[in-house]
Amino acid sequence: MSTILFAVIMLGAIGVIFGLVLTFASKKFHVDVDERVEKVRACVAGANCGACGFPGCDGFAAAVVEGKAPVNGCKPAGADGAAKIAAIMGQEVSDEERMVARVLCQGMKGVAKERYVYDGYKSCATAAGIAGGPKDCRFACIGLGDCMDHCAFGAISMKDGIASIDEDKCAACGACVEHCPRGAIKLLPISQSVIVRCRNSDIARVARAVCSDACIGCKRCMKECQYEAITVENGFARIDPAKCTRCGACAAVCPCNAITNANPVPVEPVMQ
Amino acid sequence: MTMNVLLFLVSCVLTNNYIFSKFLGCCPFLGVSSKVSTAASMGLAVTFVMTIASLFAYMVNAWVLVPLHLEFMQTIAFILVIASLVQFVEMFLKKSMPAIYSALGIYLPLITTNCAVLGVATLNVNNAYGMLQSVLNGTFSALGFLLAIVLMAGVRERLETSKIPECMKGFPISLISAGLMAIAFLGFSGMV
Repeated sequence: MSTILFAVIMLGAIGVIFGLVLTFASKKFHVDVDERVEKVRACVAGANCGACGFPGCDGFAAAVVEGKAPVNGCKPAGADGAAKIAAIMGQEVSDEERMVARVLCQGMKGVAKERYVYDGYKSCATAAGIAGGPKDCRFACIGLGDCMDHCAFGAISMKDGIASIDEDKCAACGACVEHCPRGAIKLLPISQSVIVRCRNSDIARVARAVCSDACIGCKRCMKECQYEAITVENGFARIDPAKCTRCGACAAVCPCNAITNANPVPVEPVMQ
Repeated sequence: MTMNVLLFLVSCVLTNNYIFSKFLGCCPFLGVSSKVSTAASMGLAVTFVMTIASLFAYMVNAWVLVPLHLEFMQTIAFILVIASLVQFVEMFLKKSMPAIYSALGIYLPLITTNCAVLGVATLNVNNAYGMLQSVLNGTFSALGFLLAIVLMAGVRERLETSKIPECMKGFPISLISAGLMAIAFLGFSGMV
């Protein structure tokens, strides 16, 4: 009995000694970690997507506190996140519109002509290298989901053979833009509701032959636009989001449905 | 003397490798061996902790437990020593050597529960090693662990890209590789 008691007391004593040493050490070796790092870390999206250019969300949070990264550097956190981080850092955040990724292709099944039936490894990059890809159009979305695989936010799904982006979930990190072998995804301001959904730079006849919704570069939209927001270069139209008023007049005259207007209620054109 | 140390090194690293012949420390060996870089960090952290743990376990055993005739409490006392030691080392590194601290990262606290560390402390006592010999045994055995885990990580990196039957993928093939490596290391037995 006394042996047990003795053992318990001695072990307890050793434990207490170690405990005291550790308590002393924790005071002595205390490191002041800037508490703002933790707070900023809590505000970012936390997907470690790397869109900010820093090694992960922790690296970004540390860089923000050191003043090396802008408070709105985390695109996925969006304007809300930037505002919170700015509040922690005591800075003003510049107003920047939220961007979203958009697929500049409407080449669904039945719209874009198929060259062959692809039954290989499920990757756009692989398919694109085989006889110019499974679709006749060399600019078309291949629809095998390389962008979906690289989306850290689950915002991309495949519908009717092309990528479809859930704009509520999209954090504009740009991973899909980077991994699309066709360059068919672009980051655009979320308010940009009028979009040219085609990047085919071939001449009209060739473009029309491969896809019924191809932009043929006819310039009717350019002539219709009162704000000089549209330019046609290399055989397809582009809209300058800074000049565009989202009136949708171009979408109405497009003979190929290549321009879509997500906000189809006609806005009265305002003469400037 | 030098010759003896060298022989001891060979014996600890190759002949009596902790993982392949004593089967101690198999948890981190399989858990942290999917990449060579992380495996090397883990191995270095283990080396660091095992060296200091051998020293402190020896001191606690020789200066506290033996004089008080409490040798039967060794296991508990050693666990106490190792846990406190790792905690202390972590605080010390965080303050004095932040570079090493961030390099070791999560692996340092993980080592508290590594049975190789407890194993080295217990085996030092069982083999009646002196203080210097205990510390050397700790360092050398840990180097053996480092060698084993880095080799294993190399093998597993190769396995990633090789064709493996579906039912063998992942853990089964890792265990088989570990077994084959253990057999290979068996070839060193009798060398020292």
